[in-house]
Formats: sequence, structure tokens, C-alpha cells
Amino acid sequence: MGDPLFAHGIDPWVFLIVAVKVIVAFVVLMVSVLLMIWFERKVISDMQSRIGPNRAGPWGILQTMADGIKLFFKEGLRPDGSDRTVFYLAPYLAVVPAFLIFTIIPIGGEVTVFGHTTEIQVADPQIGILFLLAMSSVAVYGLMLAGWASGSKYPLLGSVRATAQMVSYEAAMGLSTAAAVLITGSLSTRDIVESQNGSLYGFIPNWNVLRLGVVPFAIFFIAVTAEVNRPPFDLVEGEQELVGGFHTEYSSVRFALFFLAEFMNTITMSAIVVTLFFGGPDGPAPHVVRWLWPILWFLGKTIVFLYVYVWIRASLPRLRYDQLMDLGWKRLIPLSLFWLLVVAGMLIDTRWGFAVFGGGLAFGLMLYQALRVSRARTEVA
Amino acid sequence: MGFFDGFRVTIRQVFEPRVTHRYPDEKRLKPPRFHGRHVLGRYEDGMEKCIGCELCAGVCPARCIYVRGADNPPDSPVSPGERFGFVYEINYLRCIHCDLCVEACPTEAITESKLFEFSFVDRQDAIYTKDELVVDDEGRPRQLPWEDWRSGDDAHTSGWMRATSPNGDAAFEGRVQWSGELGYGVRTPEAGQVGDRDDEATGNISIRDVNSADISHRYGGRYR
Repeated sequence: MGDPLFAHGIDPWVFLIVAVKVIVAFVVLMVSVLLMIWFERKVISDMQSRIGPNRAGPWGILQTMADGIKLFFKEGLRPDGSDRTVFYLAPYLAVVPAFLIFTIIPIGGEVTVFGHTTEIQVADPQIGILFLLAMSSVAVYGLMLAGWASGSKYPLLGSVRATAQMVSYEAAMGLSTAAAVLITGSLSTRDIVESQNGSLYGFIPNWNVLRLGVVPFAIFFIAVTAEVNRPPFDLVEGEQELVGGFHTEYSSVRFALFFLAEFMNTITMSAIVVTLFFGGPDGPAPHVVRWLWPILWFLGKTIVFLYVYVWIRASLPRLRYDQLMDLGWKRLIPLSLFWLLVVAGMLIDTRWGFAVFGGGLAFGLMLYQALRVSRARTEVA
Repeated sequence: MGFFDGFRVTIRQVFEPRVTHRYPDEKRLKPPRFHGRHVLGRYEDGMEKCIGCELCAGVCPARCIYVRGADNPPDSPVSPGERFGFVYEINYLRCIHCDLCVEACPTEAITESKLFEFSFVDRQDAIYTKDELVVDDEGRPRQLPWEDWRSGDDAHTSGWMRATSPNGDAAFEGRVQWSGELGYGVRTPEAGQVGDRDDEATGNISIRDVNSADISHRYGGRYR
């Protein structure tokens, strides 16, 4: 399928439209990062009975801008023991994947400009979801190399944590994404979104979160929170133990880039959650300005998840490292594997689905019992 | 479930009043006995209260006060007594605002105001001289260029006498008498410890109870 823009070959207009889409997406993402940081600070101050930023611009909305400008004028330091090339490269390795993930997100429906019909989405590759997984893995390199290249122990510890954490949550994230891919039968994000259009019985939305049961969504959401290093999984930056984590030695623009990448990731991952499980731009739309409503739906859903991210940050204390690993390996991965099997069974036949569900449940209980008994015996001995 | 209780706690805060203020724009009321920078008072006829006895300098634990007294010129006396404070300097780099000078003063000349926002950038500016400390003809503290205070902040600058009533009447036990202020008059005495008090600011309740009621109001009554 792909973008209908390329159906009739490539001419200068097509090229221009693609260029415009890229630039617009970049600007939109940049501005939304500015707003997101302000939004996060405002919401978290609400939850802590404070006022929050209120000096720069109306309601402090320009605070991020002011902070950014300040950072750009600061001196960029590089420690003596650092690896020059890698040290300079790492922030970009963190930012670029964050932006690239955003390109595959379907933001709206289709528009026609200059006789060309195109999707409101920068790129619609056939391998959409694989691209997402690849890019979120590449982002790990940014963090890892930053910590390693700093030539300093705390950033190194931070980046070791980051790597271990992201690699272990990548698996649960991939498996829960696979459930959405299975039910759609396509890797393209556009196809995933379109398969969620319509509704059951006229009022229940046909979204993956309901079609797949809530479990894959819950696993994906937790895994993504860990993936973008947001609280309660922000051990990477654990200020109490690691000063600032992997970006301790960074300053000025390069520090700003890490910050940018983190918030870009938060936004794109909220958008990915919306795309995979909440129908993306799907929603009831009146018959006026038809192209606008899907975008508004998409924005609204994304903002809800951004709010939830901030809410989680305000509410939950940071996990211990072994708890983090336990949650990833011992709970999320087995559960997502199990649920993937159930979804696969359901797709063949409902009876198969329930058989797999029952079998998996029985197996899980037996395993749990076995572990409990063995643990009890070890404690006695 | 304990896990979700945390989420309820945080979301409830969104609908509760903020405990912080937009500080430089809005200032919260100072406690009644706030210890800010000093002012040297004057009587209603314009005479200075300070008699240059140096008791404040003697009692000051930080040794930040420097006073020299001099005999009043007979034809134009500065203070009602025999002597007056000829030099009066307070070094605010040393002052700890303990209020002992206020308690030591026999004429209630030196009091601590509610003004605390003075950020000088020069050590010389830290030393407030007598010209800067003595109130002006209306009884208002003199505002120095580096001080940030607005009208209203200077009210209720008078010091207080912690002693029981001078005549030893037991009914005045624990009453706080305020020294008079030029331009502001005398503040209503703060109610004593006994139950039969009734003062202007706090009614029947002690200042401490008023403050704690204010706190429990702010925090939704959970600290009552």
C-alpha cells in the first residue's frame, strides 16, 4: 500500500511535498517538546500544590524557551579523559532516532494538495513497526556511548544501567507490539491505525486496546515508560546515586540535546501507544473541515497519555534496580509471551484461543507452585 | 490497593489551593513578632527615643551595633533625656536578628520591623547608619535603594515588651504590650495566656493557634 503520494512516480511536486512534510514534522516536534517540558512542569506543580513556572510569558509558557536559550549560551565542557569523537557524537545518536520514530506516526487522515493526495504522516514504510523497534534500540547507543565516552565513573554506571534496562524492556515491548501486528496482519503503522477504524455494536470503539484485551497495552505502556527512562524507571539518571547519570559530564548544547531527546521520546512514545492501541486519529468526526478532526483526535489522545506520564512521575517512587529487572524479565516478558500465544490462538479459532489460555494459565500456576516450593525448601536448608 | 492510592493522592492536589505564593508579586502576611531590620523610633513630637545608653550594643551577641552617645545640645535637644544617640550603626552582615537589643532598650527606641528584603552588594551598604535607621517625620522607615518593600509592609514595626504589666497586676499576666509608633499609634496588646482575652487581630485565640488554624486550612484540615 504505502503513501498514495508515490503511486504515480516521483516528480518535483512530490519531492516538494515530502520536503515540506519533513520540515513541518520537525518544527512541530520541536515546538511540542518546548510545550511538553512546560506542560510537565506545570502539571507536576499542580500535583505538588505549587504554582510552577509563571514568570516567562503568559503562565510561564516561554520558560522552556528561556532555559534553552540559556543553555545554548553556556560553555560546552569536555572532560580530559573523554573520547572526543564519541563524546560529541552521542547526543545526536540520542536525538536523531527520537525524531525518526516520530516520522512513522500517522497523525491524520489524507489530504490533497496541488492535485496530489498524501497521508498526514512523514513516511509510511512497509516495515513501520520494525523501524520503531530498530530506532528505539539505536537510541540506546546514544546513552551508552555518552556514558562510556565521558571517561568518568558515574556516567559509565548510568549508561550501564541504561543499556541493561532498555535491552530487557525492549523484549517485552516487542512482544506486546507483536500482538498488535498479528491482529492487523501488517507492519505498517497506517494499516494498524486503519484496521482500528469503525466500532463494535455501533458505540464500542474497535481499538486494539479492547480487541487484544488490555494486557498488551499495559505491558507496552510499562515497557515504554522504562524505554524512555521516565519515572519510576529513571534509574539511569538516579540523582541520588549517580549525580546526573549518563549526561553528568555534558553541558551546554549537548546537554540540551539529551534533554530534547528524552522529551521527544516521551512524546513519540505516547503517540506510538495511541497508534498501536487507541486507533490513532480514529474518532467520530463532523462533516465540516474533515481533515482537521482526525488530527485533533490524535492530539487529544496523545495529550492524555502525556498527562498520565506526568501523573506517574508525580506519584510513584523510583524502583530499585533488582525490582526493575524482576519486573522486566520475570513478569512482563512471560506475560507478554503468554498473551501473544493467546492472541495467535484466538486468531485461528476461538476454541484454540481458550485452549491456549487455559493451558498457559495451568502451566503458569504449576511453574509458580514449583518455584514457591523450591524457594521454601532452599530457605529451610 | 496501595499502588493506586498514590495516584489518588497526587490527582487530589490538583484541585486543592496552592500552598506557594507568587512571591515577589504577592507577599504573605508576616508573623506578628517577625524580626526584620531595625528602625529607631521617634516620639509624637518628633523627638528621637534613643538616649545613647549603649545597652543594645552591650547585649548584642553578634557585636553588630555601634553606638556613641552625646549630651543633648540645650537649645535644640534631639531626645527628651540628657543624652542622645550621636552615632548609631548596625552591621547587617553580622546581625542575627535575635531581638535582644529590642528587649534591652529602656526607651523602646529600637524595634525590629517586618522588612527583610534588602540585598546590598557592597559591604559598606551593609552598615546602616543612624540616618538610615531613624524613621522619617511620618514614622515610616526610610527606604534605601536596595530595599524591596511596598507600602503596607512597614506597618506594625513596633517592638514588644515581654514583661508582665509594669504595675504587677496579675490580670495582665502574659500580655504582650507593644511600644508606640510614630504615625501608627499603639498596637492593641496581644491577649495573655488566660481565657478572658479579646484582641483586635486574633480575637480570643492566641497567635500560635491562629497560625496553626491557617495551616490546617491550607492543607485541607488534615493537620488539625
